[in-house]
Amino acid sequence: MMNEKDRGLAIFTWLTFIVLLGPLVIIIITSFGADSYLSFPPKSLSLHWYQNIFETEGFISTFKTSIFVSLIGNLIALIIGIPAAYALSRYHFKGKGVLNALFISPLLIPGIVLGFTMLKYVIVTYHMPIYTGLLVGHSIIMLPFVIRVISSSLSNFDFSIEEAALSLGAGKLATFFKVVLPNIRSGLIAAILLAFLESFNNVDISIFITGPGVSTLPIQMLQYVENYFDPTIAAISVLLMILTAALMFFIERLMGFSYFTKK
Amino acid sequence: MKKSIAYLLMLPGLLFLVFFMVVPLLFTVSSTLVQQGHFSFDGYLAFFKDQYFIEILFNTLKVSLITTLMCIFISFPAAYYISKLRTRKKTILIGLAVFPLLTSAIVRSFSWMIILGKKGILNTLLLHLHIINEPINILYTPTAMIIGLVHLFLPLMIISLIGVMENISDDLVQAAESLGASRFTAFRKIVFPLCIPGLVVGSILVFVGSLTAYTTPALLGGKQQVISVFLYQNAMTLNDWYAASIIATIMIAITFIVIGFMNLAARKLNPKG
Repeated sequence: MMNEKDRGLAIFTWLTFIVLLGPLVIIIITSFGADSYLSFPPKSLSLHWYQNIFETEGFISTFKTSIFVSLIGNLIALIIGIPAAYALSRYHFKGKGVLNALFISPLLIPGIVLGFTMLKYVIVTYHMPIYTGLLVGHSIIMLPFVIRVISSSLSNFDFSIEEAALSLGAGKLATFFKVVLPNIRSGLIAAILLAFLESFNNVDISIFITGPGVSTLPIQMLQYVENYFDPTIAAISVLLMILTAALMFFIERLMGFSYFTKK
Repeated sequence: MKKSIAYLLMLPGLLFLVFFMVVPLLFTVSSTLVQQGHFSFDGYLAFFKDQYFIEILFNTLKVSLITTLMCIFISFPAAYYISKLRTRKKTILIGLAVFPLLTSAIVRSFSWMIILGKKGILNTLLLHLHIINEPINILYTPTAMIIGLVHLFLPLMIISLIGVMENISDDLVQAAESLGASRFTAFRKIVFPLCIPGLVVGSILVFVGSLTAYTTPALLGGKQQVISVFLYQNAMTLNDWYAASIIATIMIAITFIVIGFMNLAARKLNPKG
């Protein structure tokens, strides 16, 4: 039953989405413009700016750094995060609330503060190389995603299945890898993808932890925008949006978007 | 026995966090309270006496508050509409809201640079329509920053609200209306109170997010307008790490005060007590 007020709501909703997505559509169109400044609509079309991504120094190398840091950082976050998430959902113990809060806290502490304190101590005081420092910083911001998504998958897991495997003589570790992990596989992959995007897009940590020859793609993009105002960044943006859309497609398949609304 | 396994499983993560996050944070905070080997609060006193810093702090809070209110205002109708849908349309709309959320903040701020710039789309359009005679400066002003932040955080608020609105039964609203309440009264007395938990979560995310955002203010707001950009400049441009540490501590304090205060407000407002 569609009445007048519902139609008003519908129109408002569509307007909201136009404001939300319109700017992204404008980026896509601008990226194909031939002019050397940002004009809309473009007077003629070209793929020049996509070519420019590969010809401008810094974008490809920082892209590789970003991929490397996000993947290896993800792995570190999983290695330390999965056992912690398992312990937090499987056992009851003293101080559980505090520990849970600690594992989620990298989300609550302002990113820019986290970045600064890491520069101050991890790089300067602990003398860690910049590359390693980047990995550590990115692992820390990915940890809450791993813990949260895996905990919520484990909370739907029937631990009596695990007990059954154990009582039939399977080892603890074998049970975890052969019984528990396959059951939370979709949550696990979604956690990996979400954490990857969070790290790949990160500015707040990376902007403090850069050095000669070491920088991530978002930082390179920020520096480029400060100096040039041409559609190269629009072209990169389009490629990043394609990457985001592809990963989102998998997240939807694995968990459904309802994951985002039920937190 | 079982409990020791739990602690053992958490140990690697715990050590990692303590060593690389907790200790650096604690040392940063404690370094601001010691001067020449004595406990001292002077650094903070100097900061809060500095007109320039107070202005930045006040600006940041103002921008965050406006952003949060605008997000609430825009999200409520949209979230309500989406939460009442039952079909594929709902999945698609939630997906379209999540997509910008997962897209880089640089990409999203950059889009507003194209729109709001001096030769941007908005100015071109307004000049064409003869609404203005010369280009207006919006980019690199607080207005541009607020537009960018609202655009950045709108999906978070929409999604937080859909989460609570989904669980409000249509029967409740219909019962109220059949008992003579107007649509507006039914919304005000039934729907709105049940939305408060989602509203609080969304507001915390948006307010704290705006308060601490770096990329969007740095790209759209010009220099030295909000506290996170100020922290970055002190640390990296001026190399004044003592000042940067004080700003960092103040940012942590404000974040936790805001979260605590809003949780308290939520408990007071929650109809279920």
